[in-house]
Amino acid sequence: MIITLNDTIMKEEKIQLDFAEKLDFETKNKQIPENPAVTISNLNVWASKHHILKNVELKIPKNKITVLLGPSGCGKTTLLKSLNRLTDLDKELYVSGNIFINDEEILHAKKDIPEIRRKMGLLSQKPYPLPVSIYKNMTYGFKLKGIRDKKLINYNVELRLKEVGLWEEVKDRLHSSPDKLSIGQQQRLCLARGLTVKPHIILADEPTSALDPTSSKIIEDLFKKMKNQYTIIVVTHVLRQAHRLADNVVFMSDGEIFEQGSPNKLFKNPETQELKKYLVDGN
Amino acid sequence: MRKIRKIEEKFFKIISQLATYSLVAILGYIIFVIFKNGFSSLSWEMVSEIPSGGYYYGGDGGVLNAIIGSLYIALGATLIAIIIGVPAALFINSHLMQRKRSQNTIRYILDALWGIPSIVYGAFGFTLMIYLGLSASLLAGILTVSFLITPIVIRSFDDVLSTIPRGLYEASFSLGSTRTETAVKVLLKQGFSGFITAVLLAFGRGIGDAASVLFTAGYTDNLPGNLDEPAATLPLAIFFQLGSPIPEVRQRAYAAAAILTLIILIISLSSRFVSRKYQKKALKF
Ligand SMILES: Nc1ncnc2c1ncn2[C@@H]1O[C@H](COP(=O)(O)OP(=O)(O)OP(=O)(O)O)[C@@H](O)[C@H]1O
Ligand SMILES: [Mg+2]
Repeated sequence: MIITLNDTIMKEEKIQLDFAEKLDFETKNKQIPENPAVTISNLNVWASKHHILKNVELKIPKNKITVLLGPSGCGKTTLLKSLNRLTDLDKELYVSGNIFINDEEILHAKKDIPEIRRKMGLLSQKPYPLPVSIYKNMTYGFKLKGIRDKKLINYNVELRLKEVGLWEEVKDRLHSSPDKLSIGQQQRLCLARGLTVKPHIILADEPTSALDPTSSKIIEDLFKKMKNQYTIIVVTHVLRQAHRLADNVVFMSDGEIFEQGSPNKLFKNPETQELKKYLVDGN
Repeated sequence: MRKIRKIEEKFFKIISQLATYSLVAILGYIIFVIFKNGFSSLSWEMVSEIPSGGYYYGGDGGVLNAIIGSLYIALGATLIAIIIGVPAALFINSHLMQRKRSQNTIRYILDALWGIPSIVYGAFGFTLMIYLGLSASLLAGILTVSFLITPIVIRSFDDVLSTIPRGLYEASFSLGSTRTETAVKVLLKQGFSGFITAVLLAFGRGIGDAASVLFTAGYTDNLPGNLDEPAATLPLAIFFQLGSPIPEVRQRAYAAAAILTLIILIISLSSRFVSRKYQKKALKF
């Protein structure tokens, strides 16, 4: 009698478990984008004793805009920097795990780090034009690759500047310093410059936080237009912007990924306490 | 409370104004004294002729030997200091960028070297000279002065390079450049004003220093014709003539000092001009 009771309990448990597993599988399956552009697996970053990123598992869908959200200091910038190995520049950072970009492992690749970095265009909080003319900013990447063909270079300079809608504004002053451009224009120049090395991915760390609303809108519109060709990862603190841009939202807190999914799902039905709190604080 | 703050504000304003103006006034006064005392002896002969036999007793001639000697030594030493110092400063800020401890150690050593009195460099240069079997010569002078000013070039260039924001490095790296490419193509350009300042500072220190050339460059009334011949220098020309009992010769010391001051002024003004021109031009491709 006892045994049968036990059995049924176990059976029930098993059914529940099955159900949970199935649910888990389904939700996971939904989250896993087919054909991810970036796959991060078990990524850990330490700064001496400070565990900055904790077992990060993440798949970033191709040709979509992924918005990275989370409170200040939670490790968003560190995550972006691990992707293009700018973490190498900090000796105190220790990085472990795997990052695959189009199935190529890049975290342990000892080989050509500049080549890895070229796969990604970087846009930072503030524009950092190189201390040379607008034209030379645009040709820097070509020169590094040893491309000297003037026709090809000029074609590309024009193409990329047009891509970010800056061509008309700068075509008459290509050889003057970018310092004279507005911050918004400089930011677009930096974006165009990043595109010259033909990246697949664009990493943007609060790209509009220094910009006025109009320039921010231009950048946002550019991202939406560009996602056909690029996989875009944007860090932002502006929830409205996240709403406007995101195809996929990733929420992090204290070095961990808490939720990932469509903006509708995350913003309307946040599952975790952390995200709920973040959304309340943000609104 | 507000009153106290207002008084405070006024007080510090006055103090800082006083400090600034008195500095300018002192500089003006020094230049005034030098030119006033040297003016009567300052002539074309002074800058275009070498001393005649009786020069140090008030006879004919000038200090061309010392002008040329000083320029040779300062230019030669500055050139060496640039060749060693510029790559060193770039290296500290590119290849060592994530090794904060190494950076700090190197900076500390350079600051110490900068602070060492030039007579110590003079003594060191003298020892080295004997060890190498050189005699007091233009070459020995150039080498000794280059020891003296290389830390100055490195450290003052490095000072400007170290203020370059991290984002600029990241921008350059993310376009696929190596550290060396970043150093040469970005840091050197971004820190160009620092480079000019470094060179000026080093040249000024080099041309004005007496103790380092005292034993190593020697002194001669002739123009230096070769690297292994001794060379006269302006600081020593001032030193020797100022010690003379003859008033006319002492006045010539002031004239030599005025010439030295003028050289430094001309060099610093023209290189500022050149750097401004260059920066505009560098933007063209
Ligand atoms: N090089 C480093 N050395 C030590 N600690 C670091 C380093 N880089 C980042 N950290 C720490 O890691 C944590 C995450 O930093 P990170 O810049 O990634 O945060 P973030 O999410 O981008 O924040 P914010 O929204 O304010 O930009 C912070 O606590 C920070 O102090
Ligand atoms: Mg950040």
